[in-house]
Amino acid sequence: MSDNIIEVRDLVKHFPVRVGVLFKRTVGHVRAVDGVSFDLKRGETLGVVGESGCGKSTLAQVLMRLEPATGGSVKFEGQEILGLKGSALRKLRRDIQIVLQDPYTSLNPRMTVGDIVGEPFEIHPEVAPKGDRRKKVQDLLDVVGLNPEHINRYPHQFSGGQRQRIGIARALALRPKVIVCDEPVSALDVSIQAQVMNLLGDLQNEFGLSYIFIAHDLSVVRHLSDRVAVMYLGKVVEIGDETALYEHPTHPYTQALLSAVPVPDPELRGQRQIIRLEGDVPSPVDPPSGCRFRTRCWKAQEVCAQEEPELMTRVGAHPSACHFAEEKSVVP
Amino acid sequence: MSANTTKPAPGRTGPVPGAPLLEVDDLFVEFRTRDGVAKVLNGVSYRVEAGETLAVLGESGSGKSVTAQTIMGILDMPPGVITGGEIRFHGENLLRASTNRRREVRGSGIAMIFQDALSALNPVFTVGFQIEEQLRVRRGMSRKDARKRAIELLDLVKIPNPKGRVRQYPHEFSGGMRQRAMIAMSLALDPEMLIADEPTTALDVTVQAQIMDLLKEIQVERHMGLILITHDLGVVAEVADRIAVMYAGRIVEQSDAISLYRRPGHPYTQALLDSLPRLDLKGTELNTIKGLPPSLINIPSGCPFHPRCPRVQDVCKTEVPAQHRPAPGRLSACHFAEELLSGE
Repeated sequence: MSDNIIEVRDLVKHFPVRVGVLFKRTVGHVRAVDGVSFDLKRGETLGVVGESGCGKSTLAQVLMRLEPATGGSVKFEGQEILGLKGSALRKLRRDIQIVLQDPYTSLNPRMTVGDIVGEPFEIHPEVAPKGDRRKKVQDLLDVVGLNPEHINRYPHQFSGGQRQRIGIARALALRPKVIVCDEPVSALDVSIQAQVMNLLGDLQNEFGLSYIFIAHDLSVVRHLSDRVAVMYLGKVVEIGDETALYEHPTHPYTQALLSAVPVPDPELRGQRQIIRLEGDVPSPVDPPSGCRFRTRCWKAQEVCAQEEPELMTRVGAHPSACHFAEEKSVVP
Repeated sequence: MSANTTKPAPGRTGPVPGAPLLEVDDLFVEFRTRDGVAKVLNGVSYRVEAGETLAVLGESGSGKSVTAQTIMGILDMPPGVITGGEIRFHGENLLRASTNRRREVRGSGIAMIFQDALSALNPVFTVGFQIEEQLRVRRGMSRKDARKRAIELLDLVKIPNPKGRVRQYPHEFSGGMRQRAMIAMSLALDPEMLIADEPTTALDVTVQAQIMDLLKEIQVERHMGLILITHDLGVVAEVADRIAVMYAGRIVEQSDAISLYRRPGHPYTQALLDSLPRLDLKGTELNTIKGLPPSLINIPSGCPFHPRCPRVQDVCKTEVPAQHRPAPGRLSACHFAEELLSGE
């Protein structure tokens, strides 16, 4: 068996932009994910960071088969999953689960916690026989740090952090091998965020899970990830080990992103070099030619508009998609 | 905070010369709901001078936004009820001022920007119209003059092509642009004091950096007082002169920024700093604050933080801690503030 539990190659997801009331015409495509490749190793956490609109959540949806892909390939344990249907797809869903961002909208308010966490067993009855389910659900609640006696409560009786734990318990119910976490802590307060991050870390050790951890908060991603991929406008611009990427970033976008994160130490005020990016992210309907970051990049040359830089190792030890990649430390 | 404060004579209104720009003094607010009375603010005091940045730090439900809404006079009443305290602007107690006087202060004395610019802007009017409206109503400007001023303001907040943008609707602006437009709107009447309620929480980091730069620049240029309400300890470290940390409707610690980060004077502040994942440090396990923030309907006895506090003693469960002064310029509502600072 190979080391990689998931292999993604040239994954593409375009959403058509349609106009017209009765006769809809397609006038363009939102290139949400536009040729993304990476591997997820067994037992590791791959962090995916990027600003809003970079395609990181669409990537999660496609990996989960919640959205059909436009092109490319995703292999889970060597098996292509993009074409799976029916019972084969259902079987796959046992192995890949998702934790969603908003604990307020991702739980059905009319179902009890027991029903929510136990629902996967209804769809996959082979995992837990009927008589056994209540016990299993209570065990799961215990694992994620909730009181098993609260099995008959409704989501509104829990706080945000507790709800996120319910979402995690539901994802764990079928003993998956991979969990895709789509911004699991961004809706939570700092003190609660730390609790949920520690829980995710503990569960990984206990159950040998692999995570794809999507977030916009670079500090959170660094804390949990072994490797990190940085996305910009539907593409991975840099990917590498957590230490290499944070301490020796080579892509200008990664450097700007890292330097813009405020450091909670007022004594470093004014001493850090902060790279200020001009303007906003361009529209993914009509991305810039060549390198997509060139419109905001201070290094941009003519070649950047003509040739799309490949994601490959130019300097240092990890790949980056920049013609002029060079190492630069921006984190104090 | 009373010894060195010039309090106006009771009943007197109007500004007092030499008084601080803004003082919140022992403010109490309750929300009377069906489930009971939520004690949202329980004696909040702080003050801001011209040119100073006070960061109000706290988690959701700590009362930081309610304080701001009370200062602005935009608190929903009911369910909100102000049960005590004063808000003094140039020494004048705003809570006793007439509706007309309050309207005068709002916008030209104290202005506010909000977290979610998309819902704070009216979607059916152009951005220009929304800026011009206050100039025409409050300053009596003609449409033409107001338009000219609106374009200047958009230019001031560095919106490219302000002449074209002034005619556009909020949905045509990006998130960062909208926040800029809202800053332009808040500056229209030249306020002396700006309250920014989570101004960058909904924005991406690169845009957040742009907006914080802009706010800082404008503040320095105009020598404005700035209250920055946020839960982000990173943003606070970058811009604050002084910090007030709120918990369960109380200010638990007040200090200048550097001393607070160097050595917190309250266990809650300490715990917040410890639970933060850091970009520059990679640890394995984060320290967490056990438990949950208290329900404001049923605030724990004694120190409200005691059920979650690692240093809890018997006295904490029964006695509400007074504001200690463990060091010059620092306040801490902890029975053991002095020990905390001396590192015992």
